[in-house]
Amino acid sequence: MIRELICINCPMGCRMTVTLENGTVTDVTGNTCPRGRDYAIQEATRPLRVLTGIMKAEGCPYPFSVRSDGLIPKDMIRDCAVELKRHHPPLPVAAGDIVIADILGTGVNIIATSHLDASFDVTKQK
Amino acid sequence: MTEKTFDLVIIGGGCAGMAAAIAAYDSGLRDIIIIERSPLAGGVLRQCIHNGFGIQQFERDLTGVEYADAFLNEVNKRQITLMTETIVLEITPDRSVLACGSGEMVLIRAGAVILATGCRERPRGALLIPGSRPAGVMTAGCAQRYLNREGYLVGKKIVILGSGDIGLIMARQFVLEGAEVSAVCEIMPYSSGLTRNIVQCIEDYDIPLFFNTTVTRIIGDKRVEAVTIAEVDKDRRPVSGTERRIDCDALILSVGLIPENELAIQAGLAMDKATGGIVADNTLQSDTEGIFACGNALHVHDLADFAAAEGALAGRCAADYVRNGRSPKGQVLKTEAGFGVRGLVPQRIRLPLDEAVRIQFRPASRYTNCRVVIRSGDRVIASLKKPILTPGEMFIREIRAADIDGDIHVEVVL
Repeated sequence: MIRELICINCPMGCRMTVTLENGTVTDVTGNTCPRGRDYAIQEATRPLRVLTGIMKAEGCPYPFSVRSDGLIPKDMIRDCAVELKRHHPPLPVAAGDIVIADILGTGVNIIATSHLDASFDVTKQK
Repeated sequence: MTEKTFDLVIIGGGCAGMAAAIAAYDSGLRDIIIIERSPLAGGVLRQCIHNGFGIQQFERDLTGVEYADAFLNEVNKRQITLMTETIVLEITPDRSVLACGSGEMVLIRAGAVILATGCRERPRGALLIPGSRPAGVMTAGCAQRYLNREGYLVGKKIVILGSGDIGLIMARQFVLEGAEVSAVCEIMPYSSGLTRNIVQCIEDYDIPLFFNTTVTRIIGDKRVEAVTIAEVDKDRRPVSGTERRIDCDALILSVGLIPENELAIQAGLAMDKATGGIVADNTLQSDTEGIFACGNALHVHDLADFAAAEGALAGRCAADYVRNGRSPKGQVLKTEAGFGVRGLVPQRIRLPLDEAVRIQFRPASRYTNCRVVIRSGDRVIASLKKPILTPGEMFIREIRAADIDGDIHVEVVL
């Protein structure tokens, strides 16, 4: 089986062709870097994504930004995004803090990517 | 009014401005100030919570926020003055910079000025969509700011007009935040965004994306209630009979970015209609000595990494200018955009060259199995086979100094 894929690792968007035989990748063409090849093999067999989003801290109307510190199975991304809304860690939050450990049993942590403390006032952030 | 002097004044503290400051400092200049309007440097990256930044530059996959912090960290490691919450009101051709911050006016005499003022989103008013003026119609970047900085999701059932990158990124985030994206309408037959964003933001979430389709009416009194969309013909005119109504509570526009150049225009710098930025030479200097531009203020980039790389070049060249007290007075060559080439940068090449020249442009349309042919005078110096060129992705090619001895002509050959 032949699958056409567009690499999403970086914004180059390389167009790749993956050859699969009995669910195993036998050939990848069109990639310009090793990451592209790895992505093509992964995407054709078990697609993974980084999750980014926002969360709200306890008692604070303003969001802070988060990311997964690893890759999450693509079919779990939506459930993980819902999970972000269910957690409200206490302030302050600093970039790098683990705010949800092992989200939905994926083995991947959600970490803060921005800083937020009680003094933050969005009206002064224009 | 306070008066100050600086060797280098950088206007705008986004990634291009910060990269310019870092590069100027690292090439030996010490008396550098960045003037930034917001309380925190980083520009639009502060609301770009998604990943995909820094791969070219740091070989790491960072979010926009992390990417901005990586630059800010480097700025803070050096003795670079960062003046925040200050807006520049005017620059003059002799490099006086008038700014206002904390209720006080400051006049800075600059050895060199770098404009790193970024860009703005094309607003609704530029589109001439008929209908009423209800709440709920805004640009993608505005919705992004509301969501990621202020915590407001702008709608529950959303239509997006245009397929620029911010619109695609927001389509995905709206879905992950629990809203429905009913349609993304693109008037052209191809996306104006990055291919990877079509894949990971639209296809991953089965969001309906309609090409050759536009919004022909906005319906709603106080709040937008619906839009009418219609297919367009090859001249981009709506085709009668294809109209259909889509109920929605927000219409998000992602229909292009325009370099922010009020200061350059006011100072009388030569401007390029194709890019919306200044006419720049290979050192990113304008037609006025000692005034440079970089990043999205010079031309709208596809990747922040490339805007930052351009900032670094502007920083190095501005530092050279300050050290030498003047620009080299060699022969000036032109660059000319041929078929398929839009927004060619740089517009001028000043000889003699001591480093390669980075030629950049946006393809005018989507082309497949084509070549990009670059000539110097009558000589072909590069003929590059391209399986695909799209307007969403910038073409970049470094040309060796030794290859340049006449005007540069760039064209797409089908």
